[in-house]
Amino acid sequence: MVTPNTELTYNTKIEGDIVVTRVDAVINWLRSNSVWPMPMGLACCAIELMASASSRFDIARFGSEVFRFSPRQADCMIVAGTVTYKMAPHVRRIYDQMAEPKWVIAMGACASSGGMYRSYATLQGVDKIIPVDVYISGCPPRPEALLDALIKLQDKVTRNGGTTKQLLSA
Amino acid sequence: MSATATAGPASESELLAVLQGAFPAVAVRPTGDHPAFKLPVAEVPAALKLLRSQSGFDFLTDITAVDWDVEASPRFSVVWHLYSTTRLGYVRIVADCLSDTEPTAPSVVALWAGANWHERETFDLMGIRFTDHPDLRRILMWDGYPFHPLRKDFPLAGIETPLPDLEVGEITGATVKPAPMMGGPFVASTGEMNLTEAEPRAKDESWHERSEKPATL
Repeated sequence: MVTPNTELTYNTKIEGDIVVTRVDAVINWLRSNSVWPMPMGLACCAIELMASASSRFDIARFGSEVFRFSPRQADCMIVAGTVTYKMAPHVRRIYDQMAEPKWVIAMGACASSGGMYRSYATLQGVDKIIPVDVYISGCPPRPEALLDALIKLQDKVTRNGGTTKQLLSA
Repeated sequence: MSATATAGPASESELLAVLQGAFPAVAVRPTGDHPAFKLPVAEVPAALKLLRSQSGFDFLTDITAVDWDVEASPRFSVVWHLYSTTRLGYVRIVADCLSDTEPTAPSVVALWAGANWHERETFDLMGIRFTDHPDLRRILMWDGYPFHPLRKDFPLAGIETPLPDLEVGEITGATVKPAPMMGGPFVASTGEMNLTEAEPRAKDESWHERSEKPATL
């Protein structure tokens, strides 16, 4: 049987001790521990991206196991692979469809700088069309590198100042 | 299978006899591997059909083209590779395009449906128009791209053009830019006995991300 709680005061014996913090810090902490990735798998880096979600590397340890293939439900676009000029506008449009706040990880040499594709068909770095928060070197990077980038991104999210202000003004 | 088909890949002389009966203009082409023949471009579909029915070449493996040089005439040749799944041999048919500026070749989609994408690719990258192709659109580059990148007069780095999506180009200010070539293209030095020296390396490192491409290049 459920008895309604009639107590109006804070009962430390049940609820534990009080932690005083700032709203900004709480929101940042919440955000940084559930970054839902939008996998923009364009080439072989996407294989390593998939591997980081597997049990051996387990991206769930960092709260990012919920890969969403809809930009509406994602926080962080992971551009994994070669961005061709033909694909570039679509990447930008998918990025535009993501809800704020949103972040971008450029995974691997191609997404960061065009990589070995110095050619007429390849965009020389995805930062030409969307703002990138973290770059990962490697061709392709190992899953550990992606996890490292994710931790870097979490740091960045946690250090974000004025979160509440941004939320209220949005 | 017709009487001309015997075990083993068809020889050059056998195929020449088959082709010469119907196409007197056929010529043997110097080759390093498979039998190769040169034909007037208009006769190619009929010749391929003959090879398919008479010599068992039932599989079209490839259609491509060669740009000999900007100044060369004939400038473009189209190349067809056929394979026989019964006699396990290839044959190569080459035809020069009549025009050096608006090269065309007849489509063989009616013979092999698989020719469709081969011809679209050859059109996209080499600019060969295949007459009677059911759907001759670009296949790799985007619709509206103004160049044919595998032609000799097209630089590997590319030519500045707007992005395929003008709206995104406007938002981002990005355009299709010549790729910085420092670090590429990687070209091997052929004939070099020292393998370290023969390793593919960049020949022109004069322009890169921080130093724009000279206008004269």
